[in-house]
Amino acid sequence: MTRPAVKAEDLGKEYVVGGAEQMYSSFREMISGIATTPIRKFRKLRGEVGEDEKFWALKDVSFEAKPGEVIGIVGRNGAGKSTLLKLLSRITSPTQGRIEIAGRLSSLLEVGMGFHPELTGRENIYLNGTILGMKQSEIREKFDDIVSFAGIETFLDTPVKRYSSGMYVRLAFSVAGHLEPDILLVDEVLAVGDVEFQKRCLGKMKDVALEGRTVLFVSHNLNALSALCDNGMYIDQGRLRATGSINEIVDKYISSTSQSVNHWQAPPDREVRLINIDAIRLLGNDGREEKHIRYDKGGCLEIGYDSKLSGNRFTIAVRIMDGYGNTILTSWDTDSNSSEKPGRGLLRCYIPPNLLRPGNYVASVLAQELTLNRARLVDEVSVSLEVMSVGWPMQPGRVGIITPILKWEPAHEGTK
Amino acid sequence: MKQSDPIHDEYFGPDRVTVIEPPKRWHTLDIRELWAYRELFGVLTVRDIKVRYKQTVLGVAWAVLQPITMMIVFTVIFGRLAKLPSDQFPYPVFIFAALLPWNFFAQATGTASGSLVGAGQLLSKVYFPRLIIPLSSIGAGLVDAAISTVILLLLITYYGVPLTINILAAPLLFVAVIFTALGFGTILAALTVAYRDFRFVVPFMIQIWLYCTPVVYALSLIPDRWHWVLALNPMAGIVEGFRAAFLGKPFDLAMLSISIFVSIVIFVIAIAYFYKVERRFADVI
Repeated sequence: MTRPAVKAEDLGKEYVVGGAEQMYSSFREMISGIATTPIRKFRKLRGEVGEDEKFWALKDVSFEAKPGEVIGIVGRNGAGKSTLLKLLSRITSPTQGRIEIAGRLSSLLEVGMGFHPELTGRENIYLNGTILGMKQSEIREKFDDIVSFAGIETFLDTPVKRYSSGMYVRLAFSVAGHLEPDILLVDEVLAVGDVEFQKRCLGKMKDVALEGRTVLFVSHNLNALSALCDNGMYIDQGRLRATGSINEIVDKYISSTSQSVNHWQAPPDREVRLINIDAIRLLGNDGREEKHIRYDKGGCLEIGYDSKLSGNRFTIAVRIMDGYGNTILTSWDTDSNSSEKPGRGLLRCYIPPNLLRPGNYVASVLAQELTLNRARLVDEVSVSLEVMSVGWPMQPGRVGIITPILKWEPAHEGTK
Repeated sequence: MKQSDPIHDEYFGPDRVTVIEPPKRWHTLDIRELWAYRELFGVLTVRDIKVRYKQTVLGVAWAVLQPITMMIVFTVIFGRLAKLPSDQFPYPVFIFAALLPWNFFAQATGTASGSLVGAGQLLSKVYFPRLIIPLSSIGAGLVDAAISTVILLLLITYYGVPLTINILAAPLLFVAVIFTALGFGTILAALTVAYRDFRFVVPFMIQIWLYCTPVVYALSLIPDRWHWVLALNPMAGIVEGFRAAFLGKPFDLAMLSISIFVSIVIFVIAIAYFYKVERRFADVI
């Protein structure tokens, strides 16, 4: 049996959360409070705090990664994915447990680490490469490849602060892409750069995986994860909930996110904006409140809003995204409602039947202020939207992001 | 053919097995690890040097102008106006021999103490021995010190002060002042991470420290029996040592030993404290 590339046992990380500042109810209390503040702050800065101010960002996580395995890590924001990568890359140390890493590990938690804006592209390649753990001789060897992959030949001796953001990211990723680690940790770096470059990076990452390196990849881009990874881990609230093949894990993750709200009511202490979305309800096509809509019946979103602007100076929009983060559609109230809406009221946005592929979606309701030449986003609320497969024509070949039933009819020769 | 580098390979080679565990209470200075990361120390030092004078009109000339201006101001105020004694040496040479170690120390300690907070971005994204950060900001100060040494030698020649055998002690004194800066620099860097108060304390402290050190005045102004108290300030013994080495006056060995001893003690405490809190840096920054 080969030695695992990464082996984690009972890993846990406890953080101290900053307690809220104390409120004083009397003058005397305030005086004594202020006098003891330095002492309390000193204790806090030393890390001496009560139990209630601590929380486990990660707990009881055990897993193994075999050499050459590409693992995708999914989970909601704040689930502990980044903490796990930070522990593996030794940026922060675990509170409990043990990790064994066999071989050289590089982490790409951010592109362009240590880039100094005043230094030139050439100088930054050496700086960044060394920070990432390359030897000077290694960088010299790969220098030309790095430069040509980034496509910045003509700007080599320009300070990077004069680079466009695209060039900056390309250079940074190019340096990172020429690392030859045995284990690579990647955190959401592909969220930057232009589409074409992202594709090249994905290609580069695929090369890395094919060369037998172990990769741990954190991303919200589930498409990229499915394409790149073999296996997955699903982390939720600091616990490792599931491991398995990447498709299983992605499915589990998507179905778990759909348990969130599909009805929303603004809490009373919500900040008041220029335009407020007060409530969102999901209704079936019969106008009754529903938890989900049927594929063959459709439904509608009822949106309660309250605006300080007159009806022609703002719009309400609905944007529907699938569980992979792809936007399926966007529609504005002005699409079909020609009469001026009142400053506050209810709007219904009808989702037609036989259109959305059964599954889980996120519906975002956007309130936009219309100014002279653009729309400014003022408020945004998202609810989950589940489309049930009732009435869905289940032909296996019916692939596509949306699955509408289109109108077909025979056309006779000679008929107009 | 790649050169083999056993220590680098030990840390970066394919056979490396890294074990990550909760930090132990005490940790000793890991010289091997620092050595494995020496190239990082090199590039960060070079970065600090390059960046310091980027986009300035005078560039490295500042490294010459600054100490000379200080020397002129001190000479006018303390030498001419206050007429402080300078042990029979021309006041400019007398003061510059002290400004050389003092400026290095003040600058290195000052930049080192803010260095970890300044590198917070880096600390929270990638692992390397954290000690590299304050070390490299001290390393960057050595360039200015080298320039100042040349100026001092020119001044000595200009004023006709004879060089003596004492000059041979200069390299040792440089080592002493570097260690002193390392000690104070690392401990203040670590303290600044946890308690940002030190950002205000350090510049202020260095200013007062200047007057607790015989830089602008001669040691002979202080009664002999109090010299040992002054020597508890490691910079006092070292500054006097520099004067002895470059100006050829006799060494005050007792004072120098006390200062160097204090300096070593501080260095040991600094490294111990640094390692103790190192693992928390990324969480706190």
